[in-house]
Amino acid sequence: MRPSGQGVEAGRGSMTETLAAPALEMRGITKRYPGVVANDRIDLEVRPGEIHALLGENGAGKSTLMNILYGLARPDEGEILLDDQAVRIADPADAIARGIGMVHQHFMLVPVLSVTDNILLGDETMANRVFIDQKEARRRIVDLGKRFGFEIDPDAAVGSLSVGWQQRVEILKALYREARILVLDEPTAVLTPQETVEIFGVLRRLAAEGHSIIFISHKLYEVLEIADRITVIRRGRVVGTRLPAETDESDLAELMVGREVQLTVDRGESAPGQAVVRVEDLRVRDDRGHETVRGVSFELRAGEILGIAGVAGNGQDELVEAITGLRKPTGGRVTLDAEDIARLSVRRRRERGIGYIPGDRQRFGLVLGFPVDDNLVLATYYRPPYASGPVRNERAVVESAREAIERYDIRTPSAEVPAGTLSGGNQQKVIVAREFSGEKRVLVLDQPTRGLDVGSIEFIHKQTIQKRDAGTAILLVSAELDEILELADRIMVMYRGELVAEFDGRTAVKEDVGLVMATGVRPSEHAEASA
Amino acid sequence: MSEPPASAPVAPVPSTPAPRRMPAPLARAINVSLVPLISIALALVVGAVIILLSSLAVEPPGIDWGLPLTAYAALLQGSLGSEKAIVTTLVEASPLIFTGLAVGVGFKAGLFNIGANGQLLWGGFAAAMVGAAVADQPAILAIPLAVGAGMLAGAAWGFIPGALKAYTGAHEVVTTIMLNAIAVITISGLVNDIFKAPGYTFARTADVGNAALPNVFVPGLNLGVLFAFAALPIIYWLVWRSTIGFEIRTVGANPSAAAYAGMSPRRIIVITMALCGLLAGMAGVLEILGVVGSYPAIFGTNLGFDGITVALLGRAHPVGILFASLLLGGMRAGAPLMQIQADIPVEIIDVIQAVILFFLAADRMVRHVFRVRAVGAAPEELQTITRSYGGKAAV
Repeated sequence: MRPSGQGVEAGRGSMTETLAAPALEMRGITKRYPGVVANDRIDLEVRPGEIHALLGENGAGKSTLMNILYGLARPDEGEILLDDQAVRIADPADAIARGIGMVHQHFMLVPVLSVTDNILLGDETMANRVFIDQKEARRRIVDLGKRFGFEIDPDAAVGSLSVGWQQRVEILKALYREARILVLDEPTAVLTPQETVEIFGVLRRLAAEGHSIIFISHKLYEVLEIADRITVIRRGRVVGTRLPAETDESDLAELMVGREVQLTVDRGESAPGQAVVRVEDLRVRDDRGHETVRGVSFELRAGEILGIAGVAGNGQDELVEAITGLRKPTGGRVTLDAEDIARLSVRRRRERGIGYIPGDRQRFGLVLGFPVDDNLVLATYYRPPYASGPVRNERAVVESAREAIERYDIRTPSAEVPAGTLSGGNQQKVIVAREFSGEKRVLVLDQPTRGLDVGSIEFIHKQTIQKRDAGTAILLVSAELDEILELADRIMVMYRGELVAEFDGRTAVKEDVGLVMATGVRPSEHAEASA
Repeated sequence: MSEPPASAPVAPVPSTPAPRRMPAPLARAINVSLVPLISIALALVVGAVIILLSSLAVEPPGIDWGLPLTAYAALLQGSLGSEKAIVTTLVEASPLIFTGLAVGVGFKAGLFNIGANGQLLWGGFAAAMVGAAVADQPAILAIPLAVGAGMLAGAAWGFIPGALKAYTGAHEVVTTIMLNAIAVITISGLVNDIFKAPGYTFARTADVGNAALPNVFVPGLNLGVLFAFAALPIIYWLVWRSTIGFEIRTVGANPSAAAYAGMSPRRIIVITMALCGLLAGMAGVLEILGVVGSYPAIFGTNLGFDGITVALLGRAHPVGILFASLLLGGMRAGAPLMQIQADIPVEIIDVIQAVILFFLAADRMVRHVFRVRAVGAAPEELQTITRSYGGKAAV
């Protein structure tokens, strides 16, 4: 294997290195799209061996800047320097040839092909003019993996790998092409906390070898943990560059959003009332026929937020789907206000006051090609005032959309643009507006703020607390423990299809809950664990 | 307020500083029609080349450069040059409107209805049978009965693949192709054997008598043409303005979101396929009650498959389907005159039609070559086709 160049001895955070010549400099980059300046004279400088975080809200211009770097877009003004040489990057192939690698948030992998085939795709290592040198390629891939601290099976089908490993394949793809500057677009958005820790280890080793890493994120604590320097972008402009040592989460959040942000909502006192939902011995199977919810029982009271914590894949999805009606349970009861609803259709349940924010907002929550106003009435389109009989009343739809856009602060040019053109945070606000409005007895929130920026998170959390105080029973399912600890009045931990422990939301300690999530066993009070 | 694409893998084409402002729906309509229009133009060019080459085959050999112009002029004259020509164009276009809708409405629900031909045959057969049975009744009674029977039979033949898809997951492309073959063979057997009308040399059903669609306004323009032109606004309203249409479009765009929102994708799939069958059945009704007058033993027709071209050319929209039907119908109407005047076989029409379809299917290639920017996602009908052939897994 050829060495990746860069003899620079770069240590993480070591101040002596700040004098090294930048590996990449972007100067005065400006990019205009009709009606918006996506990048406004942005300067960015990344040194060899540096992990440089690019922080900003959705739509701030991070992705545009990176698309320019990767040759996917051309800047209207400004210049790019690699190792002090001004360059024009024509297209991604050019960018790759110049040592720039990009790991997209949504992986660009072929699931049925092996790790080796995926890495070779587009840059085949040839044994001769006809055949690919599989053996050599495999060897290089395994070596690369070892060098950065993981052992990868070069023959595994990519589709059979976990998300964390798929991401490593993406990184390997870039390294195989001898990338010296690696751009990672929100790499942790799809990872579990454990996988995040592992990938951080990989990134640190990459940096230690002299690679430059641009780490795009809007998770503040992650950025503080991994980055050597942090550049914050707001509305297309650089609003500040910080060293992690001299900043903190609220400082960064304020830079990002442009105003003071409440990182934790003031949740106040809850006043739980009668039990609204009773789940008794619920059993549900997943698509493959495995019983993933195995005898779950709990009560959900009016005016409380019950948090279901758990590592993803412990049956939460099936539990949520069984309560909302997307999946038929194989056993047990779900009652709403003393009526058994376990066999009712989704529509009947919605009519009884169940609102639902799905975990996968683009797959379930929205029809991306439909205008915002149609998305806002996706579940109520057939009822007055939106329809009389089979006739839709478009005027009522547009009017109520205007109200919702105003009330839920949805940033959109109009109610008629396709929902898919909005930023992630605003897409989620469309869903929140739809599911929170009307008389709601129960709200099921599945990862309601995943992938959102701090401003949107703050907004959604506040709305959730308001709903709770108005007497709605709220079931909050999240793999992000911080969110549950912040909002829930009671916390239950789901482990392998069962609820194994209950905590008081105000007194629960993060580490205790995390331990139960990981092991299914509560350390001290094992006896009363099965509440 | 509009934000740059958050994580679009491909950035939009660099834009001119200040794009001319056009009303959004109009701009969209123009953009949507560009590829179909380019496809038609290209197909006419290809057709012209073939006509030129064909002149090499006749005596004396030599390229007759004026021949394509002569041929196309005759085509135009034969389709629009006289009242009779226009009537023929309308009569030819009418069943295409119905089969175009039968395929186009399916596209809206994410269904690729290749079975319009079989549905058409059953519609025509049922109309012929009931028409013959009520042939002596007054037309005011006979026509609704025969037409109704045709619609029901078509709907029933569309219901089958719909139900199979909804409840077993059987793909409609496969089932409708099979049902086409079943329809051809079954009906042919019935006409040749059980329902063969006595007294004719060739097997056929009895005459439909008073159930035949009468001419309206001018000679040759039968009532079926009015049915077809009435169907367009009705279907437009149904798909774009009614609640059931909202459900159809939602299921087509995102079946998971439809289920999540409380719709029943299964129910919608069955209803949509039955509706498609009904529309295709009407095309059969028009052919039998409006043109032929009885069901012949061999009723060879490609109207159902032409419906696919019409739906694609018309971008699965009633207005587009109207224009596409008029174009294809006009070519059929004008072809005989072209054969007489330019000595070009009528089959050249099939070539042109096939080339149109070819360029429509090569949507991205055409866009690339002619620098037509796509607005938003690929048209639903193309997404449906791609999905149908395993391009992107259907949910």
